[in-house]
Amino acid sequence: MKTILLKDAVALIPDGASVMIGGFMGVGTPERLVDELVRQGKRNLTVIANDNALPGIGIGKLISAGAVKKTIASHIGLNPETQKKMLARELEVDLVPQGTLIERIRAGGYGLGGVLTPTGVGTVVEKGKQRIELDGKPYLLETALRADFALVDAFLADYLGNLYYALTARNFNPVIAMAADTVIVEAENIVPIGVIAPDHVMTPAPVVDYIISHA
Amino acid sequence: MDAQTIIAKRIAQELRDGMLVNLGIGIPTLVAKYVPASLHVYFQSENGLIGTAGAVEGLHHPLLTDAGGRPVSALPGACTFDSAMSFGLIRGGHVDMTVLGALQVDAAGQLANWMVPGKMVPGMGGAMDLVTGAKRVVIAMQHTAKGQPKIVKQCSLPLTSVRPVDLVVTDLAVIGFPGGRATLLETAPGVTVAQVLEATQAELAVSERVSTMAL
Repeated sequence: MKTILLKDAVALIPDGASVMIGGFMGVGTPERLVDELVRQGKRNLTVIANDNALPGIGIGKLISAGAVKKTIASHIGLNPETQKKMLARELEVDLVPQGTLIERIRAGGYGLGGVLTPTGVGTVVEKGKQRIELDGKPYLLETALRADFALVDAFLADYLGNLYYALTARNFNPVIAMAADTVIVEAENIVPIGVIAPDHVMTPAPVVDYIISHA
Repeated sequence: MDAQTIIAKRIAQELRDGMLVNLGIGIPTLVAKYVPASLHVYFQSENGLIGTAGAVEGLHHPLLTDAGGRPVSALPGACTFDSAMSFGLIRGGHVDMTVLGALQVDAAGQLANWMVPGKMVPGMGGAMDLVTGAKRVVIAMQHTAKGQPKIVKQCSLPLTSVRPVDLVVTDLAVIGFPGGRATLLETAPGVTVAQVLEATQAELAVSERVSTMAL
């Protein structure tokens, strides 16, 4: 059994930890985990995620609570608080093209040192990176990303930790589930083993460490 | 007909049967309203959906949104996927056409559409991957902003990609880049060639057969 109380799971995450969080504009973000991070007053987190959502939604709550020291994201434009804190130098923001961000995380979870992508060649994204030519085409060497924790939002989890995601709430979730030392899952539904057919499992149980109990 | 409708209707004429198309936020989204009934076009939302269609009142699902986080519906035959596959589709050349907004496009077709240093730093989201990887890049924008030309000699804002765009459609004109040179192909109804040249900073070649947009 991998189930754990919400407060106990979040207590595992120390101040200063790096945390990957699933979701796209809040859709597919584990809201109970986010709320508990705020309630426990976490500080100096590095949050790796697609975006910073909106104030009051998903990762936006962590930004507003001052829990985040640095965010690595592809888009922050809809969260004015992130913009404000960034300009006031209270928050470090590392902007990464979305396809590059997810591929760096995938590389981190799949045991690769990085990836070669044409995205960003000749733009400000190239700054400080190695350019590699293959068959006459230029690519940037983008290094792998991993985190201490992945906070994953699933639609179904069985008690072993096999996961199934729904509709557009899948987004970063199955990729971050491979790329962190400790993987904590918040599932809309926790179901008996066998309910999710083998062909429908999107994240295999062995990579999941904890499932937040509904009790 | 207002400016946005002119742009969206003209771009819809670029759609072909069976295309996989990614529409950006803003004017590009309107293109979907004008798909000819005889065509089957797949629309992708980069948060993980092919088969995106407008939201149906009363049938919103909280886990089914577009890349702006707004509710959408999924057509019969739709499919969902994670962000790594979504950007594999984009970067891998599987997306036939993307329609994006722009801050500036220059005489060589290079695009700046993601930041104004010191003023607006929303992040590039998926734009850099889309411009780098889509087979065809079409820009939907107003010809000028606050009276200032947006089609300039050379972009002063940070580039989105070094890959030039293929077509620019504005409320005044259609501009292509044959041989790498900005060329006026069509004018909007009631707009003269001289008016387009006046509202454009880049030197425009004028096609021998400038036609009027057939809306």
